[in-house]
Amino acid sequence: MHQMLGEIGVSTIDDLFKDIPDTIRSKAGLAIPPKMSEMETRRHVEGLLSRNLSTRDILSFLGAGVWPHHVPAAVDAIISRGEFLTSYTPYQPEISQGMLQAMFEYQSMICELTGMDYANSSLYDWSTALGEAARMAARVTGRDEFIVPHYIHPERLSTLKVFCEPADIKIVEVAQDNQTGSLDLSGLKRKLSEKTAGVYLEYPSFLGFVEGSCEEIAQLAHKNGALFVVGSEPISLGVLKPPGELGTDIVVGEGQPLGSHMNYGGPLLGIFACKGDELLRQMPGRIIGRTTTQDGKQDAYCMALQTREQHIRREKATSNICTNEALLALAAAMYLSLLGPRGISGLCSTILERTKYAMEQLRKVRGVTAPRFDSFHFMEFTVNFDKTGKKVSEINDALLGAGIQGGLDASKYFSELGQTALYCFTEVHTHRDIDMLTDKLRQVLEA
Amino acid sequence: MELVYAQARWDEPLIIELSQRGKVGFHHPSSDQESENVLEAVPPRLRRSTLPSLPEVSEIEVVRHYTRLSQENFGVDLGIYPLGSCTMKYNPKVCDLIAASHKIQELHPYQDLRTVQGILQTLYEAADFLAKIVGMQKITLQPAAGAHGEYTGVMLMRAYHRDKGDLKRDEIIIPDSAHGTNPASAAMAGYKVVEVPSNSQGCVDTEALKSAVGPRTAGLMITNPNTLGIFECKILEIAGIVHDAGGLLYYDGANLNAIMGKARPGDMGFDIVHINLHKTFATPHGGGGPGAGPVGVTSRLMDYLPVPTVEFDGTKYYLEYNRPKSIGKVRAFHGSAAVILRAYTYILLHGKEGLETASEVAVLNANYMAQKLRKIKGYSLPFGEGVPRKHEFVLSASNLAKETGVTALQVGKRLLDFGVHPPTVYFPLIVEEAMMAEPTETVSKQELDAMINGFEKVSEEAYSKSDQPKTSPHSTSVTRIDEAKANRPKTMQLTWKMGARSS
Repeated sequence: MHQMLGEIGVSTIDDLFKDIPDTIRSKAGLAIPPKMSEMETRRHVEGLLSRNLSTRDILSFLGAGVWPHHVPAAVDAIISRGEFLTSYTPYQPEISQGMLQAMFEYQSMICELTGMDYANSSLYDWSTALGEAARMAARVTGRDEFIVPHYIHPERLSTLKVFCEPADIKIVEVAQDNQTGSLDLSGLKRKLSEKTAGVYLEYPSFLGFVEGSCEEIAQLAHKNGALFVVGSEPISLGVLKPPGELGTDIVVGEGQPLGSHMNYGGPLLGIFACKGDELLRQMPGRIIGRTTTQDGKQDAYCMALQTREQHIRREKATSNICTNEALLALAAAMYLSLLGPRGISGLCSTILERTKYAMEQLRKVRGVTAPRFDSFHFMEFTVNFDKTGKKVSEINDALLGAGIQGGLDASKYFSELGQTALYCFTEVHTHRDIDMLTDKLRQVLEA
Repeated sequence: MELVYAQARWDEPLIIELSQRGKVGFHHPSSDQESENVLEAVPPRLRRSTLPSLPEVSEIEVVRHYTRLSQENFGVDLGIYPLGSCTMKYNPKVCDLIAASHKIQELHPYQDLRTVQGILQTLYEAADFLAKIVGMQKITLQPAAGAHGEYTGVMLMRAYHRDKGDLKRDEIIIPDSAHGTNPASAAMAGYKVVEVPSNSQGCVDTEALKSAVGPRTAGLMITNPNTLGIFECKILEIAGIVHDAGGLLYYDGANLNAIMGKARPGDMGFDIVHINLHKTFATPHGGGGPGAGPVGVTSRLMDYLPVPTVEFDGTKYYLEYNRPKSIGKVRAFHGSAAVILRAYTYILLHGKEGLETASEVAVLNANYMAQKLRKIKGYSLPFGEGVPRKHEFVLSASNLAKETGVTALQVGKRLLDFGVHPPTVYFPLIVEEAMMAEPTETVSKQELDAMINGFEKVSEEAYSKSDQPKTSPHSTSVTRIDEAKANRPKTMQLTWKMGARSS
């Protein structure tokens, strides 16, 4: 160290901090605990974590934006490799081909799944992707209203507002039928105008029902010169008609189900895809392209269309995003490769079958309506308890006593639904799990 | 120590090119009964008519493919990564090990609070540690990245001024040396960006700042040390100028690794601070993300923080949504918990002494490297003559470029051959042929010397008219890439379905 200080021409390390004015120099050191050994640290942090009951310790039926799925061991193994894990944004493509190619594959697979032309290599999460989509729609159309459905995920709506407010984009709500969930098309027609930049729909919806009139909605939007923006949970697109076939201009979604753990809600994976070259030029986020080496001898990958991005365009960029969710996109690419077309279709069958079984069993419990909406559902559906005379919060309390985490209390977001909870059923829930839920519910409700 | 490097060269096909009809790499539990019927029960108008064209490969094929790709990728675990402003330090493995527990991975964000007291305590304490390190009153852990933190911070500024009934403030001042995310975030939050020049010392020109501020100033966004690695020694004067004009001071925490335990942004007059956990607190950057960008504020901005905040009532931890002046949500759920958990673990491992030592060694390494490199023919260290750098410095290769035609870009490409990730090139914009280097505290002197030798070798090659710098890299998985081709409409290919439109 002395040799290094000598080379610099100072005598102590402190000399290197002498330019910090004395009035702002910290004298007392940091007010945090002293260092711990790896063993002590591990014992301490694992001790804290042991106070959590994970969804492996209890039986959970929560979905609502982050969903319980089995993550194949191969995915976790590969994304833990230091070559991927400890790399930065691939600013030097020649030494970063692995991540670049994986991102190109991710973009390609997202396009296959959604039926869109272009996908970026990730945004933070669905909610911020939606915010970016609304702003992009406003930029492209030069308009300032963005239409959203009534039964939108409340946290997504809140995020959307934070993205739209400074751009002076007004959020306009359109009703959904409170029996079927279908978007009120005449209401939509009334609210569409020359101000409408985009129409947004969740497909499947936040409450699990699936809109059947997407094509008509797309046509109405387009007839008014607005873009049609669809938000999707990606596993569902293994069985549902892809948004790209419904007239969608921009797809956003949450990629967590594609090989990433729930992690108490983060990090997540924002999916963003679009159609057509005009929209491509306005897309936020990093995009990876395929090219060759300068000698033309090797295929190669690098960042493309960087002139949209903040490090080149600064305040004129399409978004401020820099750090994204590349590692989760890599997990998604692996996950979709492992499942393939038949695997994802099979997974959808399992989920549909579990969902159907759960509806049938829950319906048998006295006073329970499942689903609350008369519609086709995927993976999630609302369960109404009005006829039981009990509140969702009371029911969930009682279930928790029996080691079950009930569905999300939707009544606190949508009071018109009465005592309604949003339940989620995936491949991780066996028939026995579902039977246990219905047995306990019966005990709770009939007590 | 001689640097040698040979990256794997697999010429790995796309995974779709490995596809063979009928293969399935992974089976989830199959449906218990009537699976066909279940699919047929999907209303025809909603049903997908053809399966998505995803790869049909076995599990081992997927594992081999992505393992090979990993071998064509470079990370801190493989070698020196002095990418300026990115703080590519060693990411302790124990942080990843702890984060692999089902006690975090399989937690749902809407679980009953009684079942998540452990993670809530972790988040609460992480926020507390971060607040103390930067000298802020309260922290939101929600932002997903540095730029997201910036956007959140500028929205807090906006909420503050509006709450005060001050609607005229529509400008944010940003130095010309700032990260590109600063002006982009300010513009996204609805502000006009006013750029102030740097003076010959590479610091904010306070006279220019005085004439830039006024009743339209919402705030100033700045890093300290700045992107030249120079501490803005007039920071108190700068803060005074901005505050006197009614504006707020925003601290871009990308360069926090320089000053832990030495000076706190809160003591410099900053009102809002974002912290890049994937930089200073060593959470792995994952090839571009995830990161996390917690934002800290002084007491006068606390009310505007996003919901929910993590609170403790003396017996239990909880999420507080009842914050009437909050800007709302900047993302879904409560933040990137798995990233914050790693940063929390990192802070405990290092403790008060360890974090301060980290900053000291980072600064020592940067200054050592800067002094050695500036003496090599072709390189110079513009701005701030005689001023110590902090955690990073900006070298200029402009003499080399003028005298030999070898540019900063080419120096960088040649460094790849030695297994050294080059510094950030062509940034900041105020330095010609800029190479912004941040060695961090986790490189050894041997590695620094080897890296310095690498720079020296490139200089020798350039002046001896060797072809090497202009034809490099040679030892990476691909040779110099044709990036223009990736951007030309006729040859652009952004998915495998596109194919090259023409070759």
